[in-house]
Amino acid sequence: MTAVLETEHLSLQFGGVNALSDLSIQIAEGSLHAIIGPNGAGKTSFFNCLTGYYRPTGGAVRFQGREVTGLDAAKVAGLGVRRTFQNIRVFPKMSVLENVLAGAHLRSTSNILSITVASPGFRRRERQLREEAMSSLEFVGLADQWNNLAGDLPYGMRKRMELARVLIANPVVVLLDEPAAGVSSVEREELSRVIRRIHDQGTCVVMIEHDVDLVMEIATDVTVLDNGRIIASGLPQDVRNNPDVIRAYMGRKRR
Amino acid sequence: MPTKDSVRPRRGGIDPLKATRGGLVVALAVAVALIPQMTQNQYYLGVAFQSEMLVCLALGLNIVVGYAGMLDLGFAAFFAIGAYTTGILSTKEHWSIVASIAPGVVIAVVCALIIGFPTLRLRSDYLAVVTLGFGEIIQTIAINLNQTGGPTGIYAIPALTLGSIVVDSNTGYFYVFFVLVVVFALFSTRLRHSRLGRAWLCIREDEDAAKAMGINTNHYKLYAYTFGAVLGSITGSLYAPALTAISPASFGFSESLLIVMAVSIGGLGSIWGVMFGALVVEIFPEVFRSFAQARLLVFGVLLVILMVVRPRGLFPERAFHGIGTRVRARLGRPAIALSRGSVAEVLVTVPAEKP
Repeated sequence: MTAVLETEHLSLQFGGVNALSDLSIQIAEGSLHAIIGPNGAGKTSFFNCLTGYYRPTGGAVRFQGREVTGLDAAKVAGLGVRRTFQNIRVFPKMSVLENVLAGAHLRSTSNILSITVASPGFRRRERQLREEAMSSLEFVGLADQWNNLAGDLPYGMRKRMELARVLIANPVVVLLDEPAAGVSSVEREELSRVIRRIHDQGTCVVMIEHDVDLVMEIATDVTVLDNGRIIASGLPQDVRNNPDVIRAYMGRKRR
Repeated sequence: MPTKDSVRPRRGGIDPLKATRGGLVVALAVAVALIPQMTQNQYYLGVAFQSEMLVCLALGLNIVVGYAGMLDLGFAAFFAIGAYTTGILSTKEHWSIVASIAPGVVIAVVCALIIGFPTLRLRSDYLAVVTLGFGEIIQTIAINLNQTGGPTGIYAIPALTLGSIVVDSNTGYFYVFFVLVVVFALFSTRLRHSRLGRAWLCIREDEDAAKAMGINTNHYKLYAYTFGAVLGSITGSLYAPALTAISPASFGFSESLLIVMAVSIGGLGSIWGVMFGALVVEIFPEVFRSFAQARLLVFGVLLVILMVVRPRGLFPERAFHGIGTRVRARLGRPAIALSRGSVAEVLVTVPAEKP
């Protein structure tokens, strides 16, 4: 097993609070790795450390064997680690198509001269990217929304648009922060299918999810966090029956 | 099932609606270009070319404020840099006006980089204070330096010469600035629909999310500030010969504020809105001249009303969104076929593609 993304003794402190302590997690190539745990377990903080939004106070993050600890968020994204946000972050006053094109920012290399004179090369590249953005939108079922403002989309569609925006970047690893939170059961089905589809194409997916049924259904690996520590890790069915996990979720038995 | 193309954005061929829009734009441009043929009134022509000048400045600031969302309260500084560079080089060194544009741009870019590099990581409010300070600094330098003529400024700036043509009338400058407006508007539109424009809008909308797109936000903010500086400086370089005299009073905070007002009245980020906003800001006070001293008060009240009624500006971007689709529907040719939607359908109908 080769790890595409791994952390080694990762820790993060806010003042005196240990948000993450000594996390060593390996995300295997081609896996669909779920990170679960109760509220405040440090799941999103962990994502933020992986993607350069937080600078960990200790330990290391490695992507494809290269150390990326403390790298700027934009650089990490440029390496092919793309993420979505828990409280969806779309660009509300841009169209859906433009939101997706923004995800392809680093794939467009046109310089200022070719933009100014609208050179044939620039036009061709833009057309290509629009085509790809439309395919991306088709992939998540939003092709008919391309010309609407992202801010006007309902919640579930924004979630899918965020996925399309991640996909167009041809990411190596996709980090999804609660993709199915707050969506209807119908949309949950669709999201689960889209996520599985992304995974089937060979893209490594890491996802934070509260919906245990969804996790059991599609994840290949599961890591359980509680209080910033790993309390269990392994195959979904093994984790499910782990007494520590049950205790973290259900609370301790009263004496 | 609709063909694949019907769901995609239109491309290729002639779109009647696009052609209509293009025709309207050309017609409007021709109508504006004919203004000097309709009147010989020097006052009108003067107001007209100064309006065009404010449109140019507003288009420049629009890149900074409208696109990238950074509040710049010292934009007149770059206008001053262009005007003074041209003023000094043309009167003391006898450079031609056209040749003096380039050094103005270079100085503006250097200043933008010096000011921008350390400060653009600041969030909006702090940035506003820093740029305000920069504007004041440039004005104070102009007042105190001998080379800039002190408080009286520079006068007897020679006319603009283009080859054998000497531009020395209001009509002449009307056309010069007309061309500049067209060039700036085209340039801004091109930028808007490129990776640069998209990156700027992302930063304006949500800076953290922009980083997740791989956008180096600090660099792109610096680009926006620099592009704004270039447009401001070019406008300044042509302002100097148009008025033949420049003085520090024209480049103070009130000028910066006027430009910010033009951009926000029209609609942040919208080219048409910004141009219209600049016209409102320039022409309203002139129209209300008969109110004498109360004219700025009237203008101020109108602004407040406007901001209450249309907080996003008169013509925000996509103000006309949807008209195209409605017109097409009326004509019986749908712009987009809306029959898809569910992921399930897409998964069945779209062949797998490796992203």
